[in-house]
Amino acid sequence: MSDTDRKGAMTAAATERDEERRAMTTSGEVAIEIAGMNKWFGEFHVLRDINLTVYSGERIVICGPSGSGKSTLIRCINALESHQTGRIVVEGTELSSDIKNIDRIRSEVGMCFQHFNLFPHLSVLENCTLAPIWVRREPKKEAEERAGYYLERVKIGDQALKYPGQLSGGQQQRVAIARSLCMQPRIMLFDEPTSALDPEMIKEVLDVMVDLAESGMTMLVVSHEMGFARQVAHRIIFMDEGQIVEQNEPEAFFNNPQSERTRLFLSQILSH
Amino acid sequence: MAGEKPLAFVAERQIPPSPPPARTGGLLGWARDNLFSGVFNTAATLLSVVFVAWILASVVPWLFLDSVWHASSLQECRAVDDGACLAVINERFLQFVFGFYPDELRWRPVAAFALLFVAIWPALFTAAPRKLLIFTALYPLLAYWLIWGGSFWGPVGVLVGPAIGWACVHFLPSLVRGRMDEGLAFLSAVGAGGLAAVLWWLFGVSVFDDALSAVLAVGLEPVESARLGGFLLSTIIGVSGIAGSLPIGIVLALGRRSNLILIKACCVGFIEFIRGVPLITLLFVAWLLLAYFLPPGAEFDLILRVVIMVTAFASAYMAEVIRGGLAALPTGQYEAADSLGLDYWKSMRLIILPQALKISIPGIVNTFIGLFKDTTLVIVIGLLDPVGLLQPIRADQNWNGIVWELYGFIALFFFIFCFAMSRYSMYLERNLDVGHR
Repeated sequence: MSDTDRKGAMTAAATERDEERRAMTTSGEVAIEIAGMNKWFGEFHVLRDINLTVYSGERIVICGPSGSGKSTLIRCINALESHQTGRIVVEGTELSSDIKNIDRIRSEVGMCFQHFNLFPHLSVLENCTLAPIWVRREPKKEAEERAGYYLERVKIGDQALKYPGQLSGGQQQRVAIARSLCMQPRIMLFDEPTSALDPEMIKEVLDVMVDLAESGMTMLVVSHEMGFARQVAHRIIFMDEGQIVEQNEPEAFFNNPQSERTRLFLSQILSH
Repeated sequence: MAGEKPLAFVAERQIPPSPPPARTGGLLGWARDNLFSGVFNTAATLLSVVFVAWILASVVPWLFLDSVWHASSLQECRAVDDGACLAVINERFLQFVFGFYPDELRWRPVAAFALLFVAIWPALFTAAPRKLLIFTALYPLLAYWLIWGGSFWGPVGVLVGPAIGWACVHFLPSLVRGRMDEGLAFLSAVGAGGLAAVLWWLFGVSVFDDALSAVLAVGLEPVESARLGGFLLSTIIGVSGIAGSLPIGIVLALGRRSNLILIKACCVGFIEFIRGVPLITLLFVAWLLLAYFLPPGAEFDLILRVVIMVTAFASAYMAEVIRGGLAALPTGQYEAADSLGLDYWKSMRLIILPQALKISIPGIVNTFIGLFKDTTLVIVIGLLDPVGLLQPIRADQNWNGIVWELYGFIALFFFIFCFAMSRYSMYLERNLDVGHR
């Protein structure tokens, strides 16, 4: 395929996604609604007046320089961080200090971390079945069957009885994804899932994420993998200094950034 | 430049893996490399050999070749041979083990000791049948009944307490359902259940015991605490302290990290106070002061008081050891547990504590060993642990002047227990070490 052909194919796919997205926003149900949200770490104003609506099935990539608050933003969505003002509504439940609401939201929202955070004292299979058994009170056999299915889906079914310490970083991150999927979440959050991985392992994790995207999962991904963003995102959000500076469909975002800060950021990360 | 090798290189073939070179020279080679690798090392090795030989040359004949096992006094010993006078241990062995426990009832502590191994088996080894844990839970009451004797209905009455508490927690919330917030109702039910259990223990047990004894008297001959002594006493205090301090220490460590200010303050206050006071002071409190606080006529066994104090003391240290383990866990583990929707107790039980306790094993066993050896301090309040028994033996004119043999024997006893704990902790660490290569 020549360069122009590839560009053409990508543009066609992107156009298709844009249409998909427009359909979502006009008719779809809202998965996450964030309105006028602010957060401070002590005196430091880390998130400033965040307004964001995520539709069911939508895939959003959030990028921005380090310290811009992008990780904090998605950690607020499952209450790993608490926000001080404004509101966050996830799948119709508002996040408040009520523990029951928080636990309900957390079991609906899966999360993958930069450093995987697998439980090292449990086998891969036990990592995956723990939450379904103890939170959802599923029978062990059922939980193990589903864990087997998802481990197979992230192409790691043969490692189920190993311990996390015996796996490579890429394998661990795929287990972490399977662990989240075992709770059958409606939304998946990814906090820089590939930034702790060796280059040759990034692809295997991204492949799994692309596969997940194609299944229609609502995804919020904090990442600097611009190729991934171009390929699967419906929308790209650029954050800087605690603020959403710019958001747009991928083609428009990369080809025609509006803000000076976005242009500077893109020129820095795309210069190599 | 002329003669320089070209920079570019391509491997022509894949090098297959091969076994490492064989170790040269076996034992002799090892000795040459490690013991005789230079003038200084050779000299140090020879000096050490001479030193060890000198020690053995004096200890072995004294302890094994020239020792006397049968004699009725130190003079007789010396008349037979000039080695260790082990006759004193031979003669007083049962006293060292049981103190002044009645001769004809000695099978009871022996049975309790034997059952101890059945009770700790499922707690120490995962291969043991899990059902045995029920026996482990009942063992303290059984051991108490075997050693102190008395009516069988007493320990049974104690068991009724938790049953009452459980019934409160189980049935009270359904009485007020709909009229009260669910969480609040549950909390009040827990409080009511706890209170009911304590009231039952204070006032109900003796009534229950009397009533059932009137119908059917089952019991063992009672033995007073004052007659307990020797290794029996050390083991009772040590094992109770060890079994009690770990769970209490865990609760205190979790409490110290709690966000609830009242719980945190209580735990910090307890830990800092107990740690800041010498154990001997606490033992004196148990001996003298507690009597003033108890209602007149209330009987509260001295050994039980000592066990409570020793447990409290060890718990405070245990809490700090475990807090270290909790702090050493990466925050990612807490976050991963939270993000899966596990509540506080589940994430502690399934994720945090298994890892934190594993990290803390050396510190935990360290505290256990310290606690076990500290049981000898009960001598200051007049309890006759093995060290306490030395005084009357050495005052006996037959054995006046004997020192090494007695202290050596007690040291050996403590060493065996402590060494066993140390080996077990190493076994456990190896066993729990999964995939950290």
